[in-house]
Amino acid sequence: MEPKFQPTKDGYYGQFGGAFIPELLYPNIKELEDNYLEIIYSDAFQKEYKYLLDQYVGRPTPLYLSKGLSKKFNASVYLKREDLCHTGAHKVNNTIGQILLAKHLGKKRIIAETGAGQHGVATATVCALMDLECIVFMGEVDIKRQAPNVARMEMLGATVMPAKSGSKTLKDATNEAIRDWIGNPEETYYLIGSVVGPHPYPDMVARLQAVISEEIKAQLLAQTGKENPDAIVACIGGGSNAAGAFYHYLEEESVELVAVEAAGLGVNSGESAATSQLGEVGVIHGSKTILMQDEYGQIIEPYSISAGLDYPGVGPLHAYLFESKRATFLNATDQEALDAAYELSRVEGIIPALETAHALAALDKMDIKEGQVIVVNLSGRGDKDLETYISNLKQA
Amino acid sequence: MGQLTNLLENKQNRLCSVFFSAGFPQLNDTQKIIQDLDANGVDFIEVGLPYSDPMADGETIQYSSAVALKNGINLDLIFEQLKKIKGTVNTPLVLMGYLNQVLKYGEEKFCELCQECGIETVILPDLPMIEYENHYKALFAKYGISNVFLITPQTSDERIHKIDEMTDAFIYVVASSSITGAKGEISQGQIDYFNRIKAMNLKSKLIVGFGISNQSTFDTACEYMNGAIIGSAFINFLREKGTASIDQFVKGIIG
Repeated sequence: MEPKFQPTKDGYYGQFGGAFIPELLYPNIKELEDNYLEIIYSDAFQKEYKYLLDQYVGRPTPLYLSKGLSKKFNASVYLKREDLCHTGAHKVNNTIGQILLAKHLGKKRIIAETGAGQHGVATATVCALMDLECIVFMGEVDIKRQAPNVARMEMLGATVMPAKSGSKTLKDATNEAIRDWIGNPEETYYLIGSVVGPHPYPDMVARLQAVISEEIKAQLLAQTGKENPDAIVACIGGGSNAAGAFYHYLEEESVELVAVEAAGLGVNSGESAATSQLGEVGVIHGSKTILMQDEYGQIIEPYSISAGLDYPGVGPLHAYLFESKRATFLNATDQEALDAAYELSRVEGIIPALETAHALAALDKMDIKEGQVIVVNLSGRGDKDLETYISNLKQA
Repeated sequence: MGQLTNLLENKQNRLCSVFFSAGFPQLNDTQKIIQDLDANGVDFIEVGLPYSDPMADGETIQYSSAVALKNGINLDLIFEQLKKIKGTVNTPLVLMGYLNQVLKYGEEKFCELCQECGIETVILPDLPMIEYENHYKALFAKYGISNVFLITPQTSDERIHKIDEMTDAFIYVVASSSITGAKGEISQGQIDYFNRIKAMNLKSKLIVGFGISNQSTFDTACEYMNGAIIGSAFINFLREKGTASIDQFVKGIIG
C-alpha cells in the first residue's frame, strides 16, 4: 500500500509543503534535496549516528509507566523520556543527524534558530563536539525569558545573535537565520530545529526524530506485548517532537495521534499560538502550511508562555495531519500547562519543560477509556523554565 | 505589448529604477513619490508591498516595511492609491512583494487589480521558478502580467538560460553580501560576476539589484549591465529628508 503521510518528491504532503525560497538559496536547497536520503541512509552515516545517539545522547530513552497518571485516568499512561536526552530534550536527535550531514557536505559554519533555546543548546553542543563555528539566532524576548539556555550556548562556544525584528521571538529568529544564509550561502549550513522550512527539511527532521517512535514500538512490545498504543500525545509548535513520536505510527490508523498546541491565554483571547484553530493556508519560512495571518497575509504574532511553542505556523506534515483529520488537535492554556507541570512534578518527581506540560495538560481533555494505553512524549525537562515555575508557584 | 517591454526594447542602457515601500514614510506618500520619480527621469519604479516577514530583505527595507504597516498600509489601499494616479504618470510600475500576500489576497483578485491599475510586472522573491511554472504562469499570462526572476553568482549557467527563456521583462541580478564591496563601491567580485553573465549573451535585459547607492556605483553597474535598481539608498534618503527633494536624489544617481 502506498504510504499516505510521506511527502512527494517535491516535498508536498497533500497541498502543504514545497520549497518557497528565494533564488539565492536554490543551490543550497538543491544540494540538500539531491543528497540527504543517500547520505542519511549510508552505512557510514548510520553507524556514526547510532553510536552518538547511544553513547553521547543516552539512547534509547526509557519508556516509563507513570503510576500516578495511570491511576488518575484508570489507564496505562507511559512517558517517553526524551527529557533524559543529553541537553535535556529531544532536539539533540536532530542536531546529531544534521551536523553529520553538514560535515559530509563540507560546511564550515553552522547557523540555527531557537525559541526556548533547546534547539540552540543542542546545536551548540554538536558544534562543540565537531569543532564547527556556531551562530544561533534567538529573539530578544526569548533571550530574556530563557536566560539559562543563553548562558549554556555561550559556554559551549556559540555566538547568540539577538533577533530584534517583529515579535522578537522564534519566527523572527528564523527570519534572521534565513537572511544570514542568503548572505552567506557557500560555506554555511542552516541547521533547522523543527519540521518546518523548505523541502527537504520537514522530511529530513522527521526522519531524524523518528527514532522516538521506533523505540516506543519496541519498548511497548517488550512491556505490554503489543507495539501499538491507543493514543500518542505530543505538544506541537513547529512539531518536531510530535513528528518523531508519530512517525512510525502515521500509517497505523488505529493509533490516535494527538497534537497539543499552546492556547496561550485562550484560543480566542488574541494571545494564543493555537495555529490549527486560528490559522489559514499560507507560506512561511519556505513552506506552504497553516499559518496565523491577517486578511492581508501579514503574519500574526503568536503568544504562549512557552517559547518553544510560540510559533505562528506548523510543519507541513502536521498541517496535512490536521486537514486530513489523521491527527486530533487539542490545545492547552498557559495556566493548564503550569498546573500539569506542577502535578507531574509532585506525582512522579519529574519536572517537565513548559512545552511538554501542554501535552500533559491535554490528557484531561481526552476521552480516555478504561485500560487504554496512552503514550505521552515527554519531550523536554523543565530546568530552563524554573524561573517561570517559581514565580507562578508564588502567585498561586 | 506592455509599457515596460516597450521601454526595454527602446532603451538599451543606463536604465534607472527606484524602489520604495508603499505607505512610507507617510501612509499617503505613494502618489507623490511616484509622480516625482516619474518627472525626474526614472525609467521604471518598483513599488514595494510592505510585509511583516520580509525574509529576503535587509534592515533598511525591513524598517520601511514595518513603518508602512504601522501607518496602516495594506494591499487594498495600495491598489486604491495606484488607481488614482493611473494615466497621470508614464513610468511603468513594478510591484514587489511576498507570495503569501498574493495567496491571501486571492491570486486571481490580485491579478485583476494589477490589470486595473496598469501593472504588468511583478517580483515575488519567494516564488520559485517551478511553482511559477506549475501554478502561476498561465494565470499571470491571462492578465498580461510578467514575472521577474532573480539570479545570483551561485545560479548555474543552465538555470540562468532557463530563466532567460521564461523572462518577458528583465532579469534581476542580485548577489550575496559575501561579494558586495564596501558601501558605495563595486567590488572586483561583482565585476567578474557581471562579466560572466554578460558573456552568456542572454536575450533579456539585465538589471543590477544590489549595492547601488550613488552615481559612481550606478555608472559602473551600467558599464556592464543594462541598468540598475536603487532601493535601500532611496529609503534612507526618504527617512532622512522626507519627500520634498526627490529630484535631488535622482539627479545624484543618474547625473
